[in-house]
Amino acid sequence: MTSTLSRPALTPPAASARTTARRHRRFKLSRALYLVGFLIVTAAIMLPVIIIVLTAFKPASEVNAYPPTLAPTVWTLDNFRAIFSELPFARLIGNSFVFAGGVTLFALVFDSLAAYALARLDFRGSKVLLIVIIASLMIPFQATLIPIYQLVSDLGWVNTFAGLILPRAADAFGIFFLRQFFLSLPRDLDNAARIDGASEFRVFWSVVLPNAIPALLTLGIFTFVNNWNDLLWPLVFTTESDHGTITSGLTLLTGPGGIIPQGVMMAGALIAVLPLAILFLMVQRRFIESVASSGLK
Amino acid sequence: MTTSTLHRRRPRRPPGQLGGRRPLNDGFRRRAVVVGFLAPALIILTAFVGWPMLSALRLSFTDASGFGQETWVGLANYARVFTDSSILQAIGNTALYAVLFTPIALVVALVLALAVNSPQLPFREFFRTTLFLPFIVSLAVAAFAWSYLLDPQIGLLNYWLQAVGIRIGNVLEDPALAMPTVVLVAVWKSFGFYMVIFLAGLQDIPKSLYEAASLDGANGWRRFTNVTFPMLSNTMAFVVVIALIAALQAFDQIYVLTGGGPYRSTQTIVMEIYQSGFKDLELGFASALSYVLLVATLLLSLVQFLFFGRRGEDTSS
Repeated sequence: MTSTLSRPALTPPAASARTTARRHRRFKLSRALYLVGFLIVTAAIMLPVIIIVLTAFKPASEVNAYPPTLAPTVWTLDNFRAIFSELPFARLIGNSFVFAGGVTLFALVFDSLAAYALARLDFRGSKVLLIVIIASLMIPFQATLIPIYQLVSDLGWVNTFAGLILPRAADAFGIFFLRQFFLSLPRDLDNAARIDGASEFRVFWSVVLPNAIPALLTLGIFTFVNNWNDLLWPLVFTTESDHGTITSGLTLLTGPGGIIPQGVMMAGALIAVLPLAILFLMVQRRFIESVASSGLK
Repeated sequence: MTTSTLHRRRPRRPPGQLGGRRPLNDGFRRRAVVVGFLAPALIILTAFVGWPMLSALRLSFTDASGFGQETWVGLANYARVFTDSSILQAIGNTALYAVLFTPIALVVALVLALAVNSPQLPFREFFRTTLFLPFIVSLAVAAFAWSYLLDPQIGLLNYWLQAVGIRIGNVLEDPALAMPTVVLVAVWKSFGFYMVIFLAGLQDIPKSLYEAASLDGANGWRRFTNVTFPMLSNTMAFVVVIALIAALQAFDQIYVLTGGGPYRSTQTIVMEIYQSGFKDLELGFASALSYVLLVATLLLSLVQFLFFGRRGEDTSS
């Protein structure tokens, strides 16, 4: 305690310089140790991701070998070939893109329209409406799944994209999140456009939305990732395996009593994660920051 | 919605600027604009959130099975929820899951947030991104990876643990270890998210507090207990509540790894809703169980909203 905490004002200059140099050396060493230690911790935490990537390229003989190894000695693409030839895997990927992309697209449009009304159009009842929307944010979808299923089934939408996408085409959280963002934009911009005679839709579309691209991007990625990864929803609304998403399809074909070898499973897992990883790495800093500031669910 | 009218806060626009068309009724037009903006989202939310919520409540008082007549059974479904020993076990398992998941996730996230936030650590951005990565992996995929790592015959983690003398056997078939394992998978997937929330909280602590503590001779640990910990208490309470809510909804990795077993030791409320509602088609009973989940979530959300709602409103000025 006493050695490291020297008070500059009370220390003679020469002694201070010596301590600083020594402290600097010690600081460098401790930094290096800290870095190495934390690298090991991080590698241990990332082990499941590492094992997915490395196992996906292992031949079947090595996947099932004892003692198990981390990296393949022979790298192969057999697992990727197998998953596309033995499963309707391309179909599942396509389904995932249509489902997650469709939900994202609809939700961004519908949420931003409603958020604009709540943030910019002063109408009677807007406060009450906002409270109702915030309250509905607290309802877990698992709790209302049965009536939603009955409704989707009555509409004849089971095993269709409409049934997968439309119930999620608007989202209370998205409306709230975008409303908060729209409120942070200066009103002068849209008032100027209004004075020029622009309609509300024009103000929304050409003034407010272009300025809200960071928020739309964050919400869009979050919605896409959540839906891409969701298991229960596609499990319920797609009863035929080739209508499922990559997440539900992989689970049905490899889950309890699964028929698919581990290596092929890991190839599928890698393909399931890859689009999200690319998306995330492209915008990671902004994404992490908005998660932090908004406490996204 | 239909009765809403606009406060005329802005002066009426000169008619000439509306493309030469003079609106017949400005108030009606404004109302139509509001309805136009709100309608798509409100129709979806009414049909797929509002109505199902009421419908689930009605179903929970019936013996609905998806076919034939529905008979009103009063509170029988709720009575079964709270007396059937297997359902009570599922509720107990969910509570156990929450009690294990929340503190472990909190501690892991907090420790890693402190480490990543430390000026001692180079490449902090890299570590922050890497440690956040598991959050974008689906629980189902995370479950595949963990089941392979923990496989009793060919699992790498099992093999390494054996090498240092720890024999865990087949954790997913072990009634005592299956629950900790499914919790571990969930912690692995979600700690990055809570870590990022903690990082934001840490960055909000004024530097001057640390400087003052250092001048008073406080070492690293004392700076943590006397500055960081109390200053972070709001963030921690927030993380506890959202982690509890997430724990109530445990399903994905359990479905993949154990299917609720062995001996129902990992059967949770949502697993039970899925099985009774979509496999056994006991819609009435599953709806009653859904409502128990709904009320539990609402109570936790209410706590969150009452204590942290103002945080969100702060940004709205």
